[in-house]
Amino acid sequence: MIVGEQKSIAEIKEIIAPYKKLLILGCGTCVKTCFAGGEDEVATLASALRLALKKEGKEIAVEEFTVERQCEDAFIQEAAPHIAQNAAVLSLACGAGVQAIARRFVKVPVLPGVNTTFIGVLEKQGLFTEECSGCGDCKLAPFGGICPVTRCSKKLLNGPCGGSRNGKCEVSPDIDCAWQLIIERLKILGQLDHLRDYMPPKNWKTSHAGGPRKLVREDHII
Amino acid sequence: MNTETPSHLQKVLEAGYFAVTAECGPPRGGDPDAIRKKAALLKGSVDAVNVTDNQTAIVRMSSIAACHHLMQLGLEPVMQMVTRDRNRIALQSDILGAYSLGIKTILCLSGDHQHFGSQPDAMNVFDIDSINLVRTVWNMRETGQDMSGFNLKTPPRMFIGAAANPFADPFEYRVIRLAKKIDAGADFIQTQCVYNLDRFAQWMAGARNEGLTDKVHILAGITPLKSEGMAKYMAERVAGMDIPDSVIKRMAGVPKKNAAREGIAICLETIAALREITGVRGIHIMAIEWEETVAEIVAAAGLLPRPAADQAEGVL
Repeated sequence: MIVGEQKSIAEIKEIIAPYKKLLILGCGTCVKTCFAGGEDEVATLASALRLALKKEGKEIAVEEFTVERQCEDAFIQEAAPHIAQNAAVLSLACGAGVQAIARRFVKVPVLPGVNTTFIGVLEKQGLFTEECSGCGDCKLAPFGGICPVTRCSKKLLNGPCGGSRNGKCEVSPDIDCAWQLIIERLKILGQLDHLRDYMPPKNWKTSHAGGPRKLVREDHII
Repeated sequence: MNTETPSHLQKVLEAGYFAVTAECGPPRGGDPDAIRKKAALLKGSVDAVNVTDNQTAIVRMSSIAACHHLMQLGLEPVMQMVTRDRNRIALQSDILGAYSLGIKTILCLSGDHQHFGSQPDAMNVFDIDSINLVRTVWNMRETGQDMSGFNLKTPPRMFIGAAANPFADPFEYRVIRLAKKIDAGADFIQTQCVYNLDRFAQWMAGARNEGLTDKVHILAGITPLKSEGMAKYMAERVAGMDIPDSVIKRMAGVPKKNAAREGIAICLETIAALREITGVRGIHIMAIEWEETVAEIVAAAGLLPRPAADQAEGVL
């Protein structure tokens, strides 16, 4: 899923400052799962903002609404009447959701309430970890299903650098050395021979380095 | 053993001398005298001077420029190049530029993560890794082509080095990684500082068992310790460093004013031990901001005089 984290109240207050009527728009998919922008977070944030701004003697009307997915037109439409009544939208979706709303409702300022952090998994309750960079050319097969492009701090494809210690990355003892994990997994799979393969320079053309990407599915075009 | 290049270090190694190189960190400023002063301390004591490339991710005078200053003083530089700061286009361009200035030896590295440096907000590059860089320089030399397959007008003929850390985890992979670097085209290997001789010897045995010591010149890393504080700092804070407690205790066991002496004594004992290990072809002394001690160490280790250019040439 796409993992995000709600911005601080201080930052949100700053970006909504010019507006008297605000819609906080939640998204019921990825950001709901990571507790950043679902219906519950919309309600909590709305209460917190009302309280904080009242204390400061500022008047603001905050409306709450959540759609299933902000990145899909069919769901976005449900928000139209709510958006029409407000001066601005604070979207709690990922960056794609914020932009989809902005594209659909060009006359209304759409503000981000969430920092989109990464494509990851819920490793355990309360812990999300980054697993994929969306590079457009998946090479997980020879690496035991562990991505060195994303999980090695230096994106090394030909083995660990000299900085790993006790299975941890030189950047932080909180980061597992991806190569330690790859080697352990290849050992289990009986595929340690992969470690001897020379991995040529990665083709980054399929990643964001090649410019913003588009996926055209001719078979789905009506 | 390898393709002949104009590198003096290659000549020294292939003539069978026990090679001595030293590290020189460029200044955090634009004054060439800082390099010249270090060069004067090293001249005559080493076969080549290894110039770091923004080590620990701190902005310094570029490695290429510092190498150029060393050459003007008659020293042979080894240009370090990290893949952290430049993409493949810039790396290849700088290799060509360096060769045009007369730089004949390169050490290919991934580089310390910028997290360690003075500008941790920087974006890193890591377009290719150190092994890809080794292969790139090797391809330029052996096929005359850049990474696009373009036939270069004057391909650089560089003697190619890579680093190895026998002390990093996972240990069982360290010999395989050495083999990969050799297969990619490394002619010589410079290791992390050796304090844990047992582990180093174990790694060397692994390398010998795979026949790697016949394919590559291994230079063992040496860093003289100045104080107990430095030993502790390196043991705890420097990535990939292995300093056994016995070494730290030894540094702590002498009065402060004698600590540097003790550090040099440890160094000399380590060099003597390394010379007994089959496959070690030389040492690389990294006397961090303590270049004045290099000449003393090399002399006390009985490694003087260093072979002159024509001497090494004559044996080939």
